[in-house]
Amino acid sequence: MTILEGVLIILGMFVVTFGIRFCLYARAHKVVLPQWFDEALVFVPISVLSAIIAPMIFMQDDRVNISLDNPWFVGALLAFVVGLWRQNQLLTIAVGVIGFYLVKLLAS
Amino acid sequence: MSFRAHNKVFLQGAVASTPMIVGGIPFGILFGSLAMSYDLSPWFAVAMSAIVFAGSAQFVALGLIYADAPLWVIVSTTFIVNLRHILYAADLVKFIKHLPIKWRFILGFGLVDETYAAIRPMYGNGSINESNGHYAYLGSFLSFYLMWQMCTVIGIVAGELFPSLSEWGMEFAMVATFIGIITPYLHARDGKQLTQKTARYLMRFPYWLALAVASISSLLLTELPNNLGLLVAALLGVLVGFVTHKLLARIWLGEVA
Repeated sequence: MTILEGVLIILGMFVVTFGIRFCLYARAHKVVLPQWFDEALVFVPISVLSAIIAPMIFMQDDRVNISLDNPWFVGALLAFVVGLWRQNQLLTIAVGVIGFYLVKLLAS
Repeated sequence: MSFRAHNKVFLQGAVASTPMIVGGIPFGILFGSLAMSYDLSPWFAVAMSAIVFAGSAQFVALGLIYADAPLWVIVSTTFIVNLRHILYAADLVKFIKHLPIKWRFILGFGLVDETYAAIRPMYGNGSINESNGHYAYLGSFLSFYLMWQMCTVIGIVAGELFPSLSEWGMEFAMVATFIGIITPYLHARDGKQLTQKTARYLMRFPYWLALAVASISSLLLTELPNNLGLLVAALLGVLVGFVTHKLLARIWLGEVA
């Protein structure tokens, strides 16, 4: 990768990323969203984040692996249960990460 | 409002983001070390974290650069991976629309998953409002930004010292962080006016359904190019969640949808 290519990649990524985040804010006074749209937005974070992490959790080497020797699955399951039970983000993350590494160590 | 009061709200925003900032640390370190293991310039990694500031898109871009993908593929993939942020902006714009453009410019730049997840509930439960919320938003963004830059540099240095660092599975920290963001929604107390406990439990069901639909469809759609499956799966989750919510609201609240 040349320096020019590097600059173009970063510039291009910046333009689209910032453009997405800023376009509604830029015309904030004129943005009028219908009520139903507002209600649907509540479901955005849970849907987007689930869609990002589901393949990481369940897929190993291009196939679904739901078993106790998949550290991703075990760690995620533990985090999920703790998150539902205690609703404490730090605890959720800690328990998930510990579970993940325990299985990773035991499996290797 | 006084400087001191602004300061307090700023800190409130930073504190609310702390769990996710901690979860982001390994992820940021991994980014720096992965860039090194792909033989990229340290300056390139630093510049990308500082200017693009988009965790998951930065990882996808590294993979694409490593695979020698053309510029337009890198940029269009970044677009799709980050498209979810427009939905966050659509949700938050009502709270910040009265601010001067330079404020909106900075807040737009700082609109990441973690800040949205930290700030949105604070507006929802009334602990911040239109008049002071942007200070909490700024506090969340700046503390997350500072962490992200520091961890990128730490990762670059650590990646030089321990070349196998990028194989330790540190991206699991992102999975755990996102689960920490998701689970409170499954407790969402929609329809507080409902006295029947069963009805309150039932109103959580659309969130569970959105979770299931988005997860399963993203697994089924992994073959789609340029992470398009992610976008389709997310939209399906939103659609199913919203429609079920409307149906349940009509049944239990007698509300005309």
